[in-house]
Amino acid sequence: MAEPQHVDDSSFNQVVIEAETPFLVDFWAPWCSPCRAIAPIVEELAGEYEGKIGFGKVNVDENPKSATEYGIRSIPTLLLFKDGKPMTQIVGLRSKADLKKHLDSTLN
Amino acid sequence: MDDSYQLIIIGGGPAGLTAGMYAARSRLSTLLVERGLPGGQIVNAELVENYPGFPEGISGAELGSLMEQQARRYGLEIAMAEVEGVDVTGEQKTVRTGEGHYGATALIIAGGSEYSKLGVPGEDELRGRGVSYCATCDGAFFRDQTIAVIGGGNVALNDAIFLTRFASKVIVVHRRNELRATKILQERAFNQPKIEFLWDTVLKSIEGEGQVKLLRLQNVKTSVESSLEVSGVFIAVGLKPNTGYLGGVLALSPEGFIVVNEQMETGVPGVFAAGDIRCGSPQQISSAVGDGAVAAINAEKYISSIL
Repeated sequence: MAEPQHVDDSSFNQVVIEAETPFLVDFWAPWCSPCRAIAPIVEELAGEYEGKIGFGKVNVDENPKSATEYGIRSIPTLLLFKDGKPMTQIVGLRSKADLKKHLDSTLN
Repeated sequence: MDDSYQLIIIGGGPAGLTAGMYAARSRLSTLLVERGLPGGQIVNAELVENYPGFPEGISGAELGSLMEQQARRYGLEIAMAEVEGVDVTGEQKTVRTGEGHYGATALIIAGGSEYSKLGVPGEDELRGRGVSYCATCDGAFFRDQTIAVIGGGNVALNDAIFLTRFASKVIVVHRRNELRATKILQERAFNQPKIEFLWDTVLKSIEGEGQVKLLRLQNVKTSVESSLEVSGVFIAVGLKPNTGYLGGVLALSPEGFIVVNEQMETGVPGVFAAGDIRCGSPQQISSAVGDGAVAAINAEKYISSIL
């Protein structure tokens, strides 16, 4: 089963921007409880969308550059990239069904 | 159908986890349905100081996790799913979730509450770009900056005090000239040099291009309008019950809370409500825990009465 890969400031471009599929980045930090709540949902989605959408997570505490570059000021934030550009920003804890709607509309 | 239980509990906060622990110890086949992380609202609390048994206080996340462990220890089953609706018309109740339907003889609704939005222009547009509802999540993004907290209750003052760790200045904007928050929190806030208060003042709109820059304010007594430059605004103006899917199913108060009697019984036999979600709740962890115990004990009585 695919798991979201850890992305850091140095690998962000290569992994996310140059990805061949759409790519969902989960910005999180260890102190943030809703981040822990959404993590297992994102993991399940990574399994269900394997091969169609890439999944990664960025610890904003250790990787401030990526968070700043995309103006992240609230976590959890999920940013969905397509062709290297952020297309959809989802802030806060959401249900799996809600997230799937965003993912499916990106694929269609 | 679907999996069937004697009891289904909706919500995994203090009320639901307490009910779940009691039910599991009574050997009722019980499912607790939670959409996020067990623990409920309290997982966002930096420090809980008013729950007995923890004289030094305890982090909300840790307290939630301990409650979950205690309930699971007796065999409580927990499913991660978002409830979309309930059917309570027959003797067998049905809970519809995004992950499937579940049936049960009795139901305890302990879905709690979530933060209210203010509904001002800019609030949704700048969410995640300086507008926040979770100080413990987002405080660190505002190091050495000036930020505002909207509200005057316990959550607002706890947020303001927590945010002084990061921000250079925290301005509490409150619509009245006195605070609803507990006195000990008021004392701490008044003694914290980084915290300032704007009394009798309401937020009219939040402005900024891609990031929060400015708050438009109005004094409710003089009607004088003013503006405040901030890079972040934390909104803590109270809680609203998670009862959106219950309209027409159970009796709700005008504010949307579930109407119960002192036995936590709703008007529908076998359906109970507990915690923040019920009408008249003081919205404390200790009251939610008490509600959860009452609801579970009465749910067990109901289940054995119809066997």
